[in-house]
Amino acid sequence: MSERTENVVCTFCGCLCDDLVVEHEEGRIVKVLKACANGQGHFREYDPSPRLPRLEGRDVSWDEAYSAAGEILRSSRSPLIYGLSSAVTEAQRRAVELADRLGAVVDSTSSVCHGPTGLAMQGVGEPTCTLGEVRNRADLLLFWGCNPLVSHPRHFARYSTAKGRLTPEGRKSRTLIVVDVRPTAATKAADIFVQVEQGRDYEVLTALRALVQGKAMERPSVGGVAREALVDLAERFKNCRYGVAFMGMGLTMTRGRDLNVAELFSLVSDLNDYTRFSVIPMRGHGNVSGADQVTTWQCGFPFAVSFARGYPQYGPGEFTAVDFIARGDADAAVILASDPGAHFPRKAAERLREIPTIVIDPAESLSASQATLWLPTGVAGIDTAGSSYRMDGVALRLRPFLKAQRPSDEEVLVRLIEEVIR
Amino acid sequence: MALTLTLVTGRTLAQAAAMHKGKTTDHYAAVTRQAEINGEDLAELGLAEGDEATVRTKEGEVRVTLKVSDLPRGMLFLPMGPCANVLIGVDTEGTGMPPFKGLSVEVTP
Repeated sequence: MSERTENVVCTFCGCLCDDLVVEHEEGRIVKVLKACANGQGHFREYDPSPRLPRLEGRDVSWDEAYSAAGEILRSSRSPLIYGLSSAVTEAQRRAVELADRLGAVVDSTSSVCHGPTGLAMQGVGEPTCTLGEVRNRADLLLFWGCNPLVSHPRHFARYSTAKGRLTPEGRKSRTLIVVDVRPTAATKAADIFVQVEQGRDYEVLTALRALVQGKAMERPSVGGVAREALVDLAERFKNCRYGVAFMGMGLTMTRGRDLNVAELFSLVSDLNDYTRFSVIPMRGHGNVSGADQVTTWQCGFPFAVSFARGYPQYGPGEFTAVDFIARGDADAAVILASDPGAHFPRKAAERLREIPTIVIDPAESLSASQATLWLPTGVAGIDTAGSSYRMDGVALRLRPFLKAQRPSDEEVLVRLIEEVIR
Repeated sequence: MALTLTLVTGRTLAQAAAMHKGKTTDHYAAVTRQAEINGEDLAELGLAEGDEATVRTKEGEVRVTLKVSDLPRGMLFLPMGPCANVLIGVDTEGTGMPPFKGLSVEVTP
């Protein structure tokens, strides 16, 4: 006899869709309703069966695993704690505590997704709003360098095209503008697609800022975008009732990185002289937003923090994981709920394989398969509890609907801390 | 024939689905080496859809399978993952972010 749990939160991406229905039977998920393709995979491919840790290729008891982890960490002079972004807030706090105890560097996947966005926020501020405001108020939506139909597939349906209090016609109540370097599913769903030459976002944003401020533009085009199209965009931005810009990796991973983002945030700030306009970064991992929040309230900085001197020091480019690993500065690593083995440039991924690594992850990721020690944990919102921050900074509680057969990330980190201070 | 193209990496639905099935599977490896290219660039290389090509930077080289899409000319798209990461360097220009988009690559049959 299957059971049915409603209002389940999906933690795959930063949308944290909280309206899923999951049917489960004898401790296994059998059906997931309302989830996107990414969410289906998140729930359906997870095997909640108990699993022993794996140390150097062989299964070991949890006690043996914790003991081995303690030895690795106690003998490290320059450890790195990396990832955090698919773990719940409570586990992230423990990860920062572990870094503090060890004198380690702690960095989250933010550094390879929206780290430049964090740098931009620190420079020019972040005029932002919640997704509830988007749904209920926004009549102009600008997506810059992101493809929500692939990375956040329900974002359109739940917010951008949904019927809201002041947007009773749903999709018809809004103008959708997508700026990208290539046609995507999102650009095809837009009212207006603006195709920018790769690497020219900064120039286009600067031109838009100038036009919004009433300055004349003499050049026929900027960054592959015709003057007439830019003038049209600037007027639409100024004359909408409530505009919201969403931005993604198209800005943060492209030449200019944080400067691109700062220019977009500044454009949004400028637009508030004329109308209401906000910006929301499209956060990828389910709680990457929480990683920034936790690291900021614990250390004062959102990512790239070193405790090597006994107090938190901020160092993007120095304590960010790719730099720290590739330079050969890390001599051991704890990888929490992320997969640098799959997603870091080869040189950094290879360097990671040369040092002892402890991977805390429900799945056998590439990092887990290459790790000295893999600690298989449960998944928050399926068989363990916790809280996560949505991309707009709203925290949601994750309630388990299956009985836990594995430890949570937090429980594992508490044991690692005990081993370190022993 | 060699072409210099601009590499853009990113998420695809197929890459995400394969990731859930397991990053140690052959399917994940195949999906993440499926490159997209403009049809005219493909013709200039003297190749057809489904053919393989070598993509090279100073960091390394990989063999990819080519698929035509509506990319602008001069661009090559690869799903994020271990294949693309062979090509990406570790110079983050002081930000922590490697150059995942906008890298110049040489493509040969």
